[in-house]
Amino acid sequence: MSRSVALAVVLITLGLAADMTAAAAERVGIGHAISPQDFAAWDIDVRGDGAGLPPGQGSVTQGREIFSQTCAACHGDKGEGRAVPGAVGGFDRLVGGFGTLDTASPTLTVGSYWPYATTLFDYVRRAMPFNAPQSLTNDQLYAVSAYVLYMNNIVPEDAVLDALTLPRVKMPNQEGFITQDPRPDVRSKP
Amino acid sequence: MVKPHAVKGTPSQQLPDRRAVLKTGAALSAFVGGASVPSLSMAQAATGLSLTVPEWMKVQGRGILSPPYGVPSPFEKDVVRRQREVRVTDTAATSFSPLQNSFGTITPNGLCFERHHAGVPSIDPDRHRLVIHGLVERPLVLTMDELMRFPSVSRIAFLECSGNTPNWKSVNPDFGVQQTHGLLMCCEWTGVLLSTLLDEVGLGPEAKWVLAEGADAAAMTRSVPIAKALDDAMVVYGQNGERLRPEQGYPLRLLLPGYEGNMNIKWLRRLKLGDQPFETREETSKYTDLMPDGKARQFTFVMEAKSVITRPSGGQRLSGGPGFYEISGLAWSGHGRIDRVEVSTDGGQSWHEAQLQEPILSKAVVRFRAPWRWDGKSALLQSRAIDETGYVQPRHGELVDVRGVNSFYHYNAIQTWSVNPDGKVAIHVA
Ligand code: HEC
Repeated sequence: MSRSVALAVVLITLGLAADMTAAAAERVGIGHAISPQDFAAWDIDVRGDGAGLPPGQGSVTQGREIFSQTCAACHGDKGEGRAVPGAVGGFDRLVGGFGTLDTASPTLTVGSYWPYATTLFDYVRRAMPFNAPQSLTNDQLYAVSAYVLYMNNIVPEDAVLDALTLPRVKMPNQEGFITQDPRPDVRSKP
Repeated sequence: MVKPHAVKGTPSQQLPDRRAVLKTGAALSAFVGGASVPSLSMAQAATGLSLTVPEWMKVQGRGILSPPYGVPSPFEKDVVRRQREVRVTDTAATSFSPLQNSFGTITPNGLCFERHHAGVPSIDPDRHRLVIHGLVERPLVLTMDELMRFPSVSRIAFLECSGNTPNWKSVNPDFGVQQTHGLLMCCEWTGVLLSTLLDEVGLGPEAKWVLAEGADAAAMTRSVPIAKALDDAMVVYGQNGERLRPEQGYPLRLLLPGYEGNMNIKWLRRLKLGDQPFETREETSKYTDLMPDGKARQFTFVMEAKSVITRPSGGQRLSGGPGFYEISGLAWSGHGRIDRVEVSTDGGQSWHEAQLQEPILSKAVVRFRAPWRWDGKSALLQSRAIDETGYVQPRHGELVDVRGVNSFYHYNAIQTWSVNPDGKVAIHVA
């Protein structure tokens, strides 16, 4: 091999290697920048502290109407849930169960168990009514949330909820959660 | 070297000494009691078979491409996912994998369990998008084609629903391993490390949690701690050599090896970085563990070590009468590799180390096997897993002593199958 050919081979090899290490170290550079306006329709989450709550408002009275028309068929007129003959489980009960969490038959509902009122708004917004998810307006969402909380005696009958007042609703079981995983908590020996 | 553990009491069924098995290289010669191998003529007499040339040797078989996408033999038609009970909807529902028919460790794509909260969406991959935003420097939207251009990785990992094995209060005498443990799968997953995508968008210094959201009609959401996201989390599009099945999140799902199934968000469309958990319904109302004092544990993500014998298991029968049977099952741990599995045939009085099939991978299912000579008497079959952290799969009593019976999720106690003298195997009702 002549010296010049050898040099060329070395240079080509180095060049390739440099291309590949550079590709590994840098950002890949694939994908498109997106602005908040572009994905506003997707940005629907509402956090425990209320971050993400949209403008709008709704009252218990308005919520009663919405609930009876769009929710009660499955969850019962008073949010008591509904059994279906031949099926296990039934439709979730949304109301009551207070004082049962440390008993042999705990009843977990929005009222007795959920730590944040905002979670109700977030969940109904993304998943309910089950037969037509993401169909309620923000006002309707505030109203139906208010009504479910009212049925649980958590807000008064004249309550009107919005982005400011909903996060301030104190849920009965807010202090009921241990957020640090204590496992391994069961120590068996071989 | 493998060594059988000290035997307490008088075991009615003995597991052969594995050293002897390995030394002779022939399992059959190692049995206690020295029963003889049934002769071929005996086998013929027993089954009524006379060895004539079957019709399928006298004609050409099916041609290629019939069908183009292969399906199991029609004789395997009972090896299917099953529902355990009728629920109020079939879209917020669960189907169970037939572990009793499983071999090795990989779950075939068509048998992977299903847990949906709003059914299986029909997603056009060309219209699917992944958005990454929140506390990042460069919010990004990615098409599937773009995601598949990123540096890719493959890994084998198990995925278990934390609601698997409803044995807290009582056992259902009719349940087999499909119903008790069928919310488990193990697949080879291919996709992009989430850390690669997070490098691409540039993590903000306050980013501590990632909200992952699905494109189903539940818009399923869970919060994932940033440490997990940067460790071994992936967004995956490949499953056992092909694209994800729709039931498993086609075209894109989150994979969090070792974490409870629900967090492995299917149909992944959005990742939002935040400085605190988002407190979604699925991490408050559900997937929290209620303790006897009325307090609930939240953010209990890792699936601790667990194992189960899949053969023989509830609903099966030791059809050949007394003699040799292989005890075989699955073990897994969300904390890493399985270190060893022990098997008992006397309800946990004595334990014997099972053989583990290589390769033994971190956060993947491992197949264990132990040869057994059944003496025709009642037996109680159990397995227990010990993982690389030294954690020992607990007995039922040990588990409920600490957690009570109302925590619903994360049941991982030892499972017992009882063998009757007539050969029937059923879940053991204590
Ligand atoms: C067609 C029946 C149906 C209708 C109508 C319906 N739901 Fe539901 N709801 C369900 C089902 C089914 C679930 C459980 C879904 C799951 O398991 O993920 C549920 C769950 C819920 C939960 C969570 C309960 C818990 O404890 O976790 C809430 C809250 C709720 N629904 C509120 C509503 C509200 C408010 C409406 C009316 C706007 C509504 N639902 C309409 C069927 C329905």
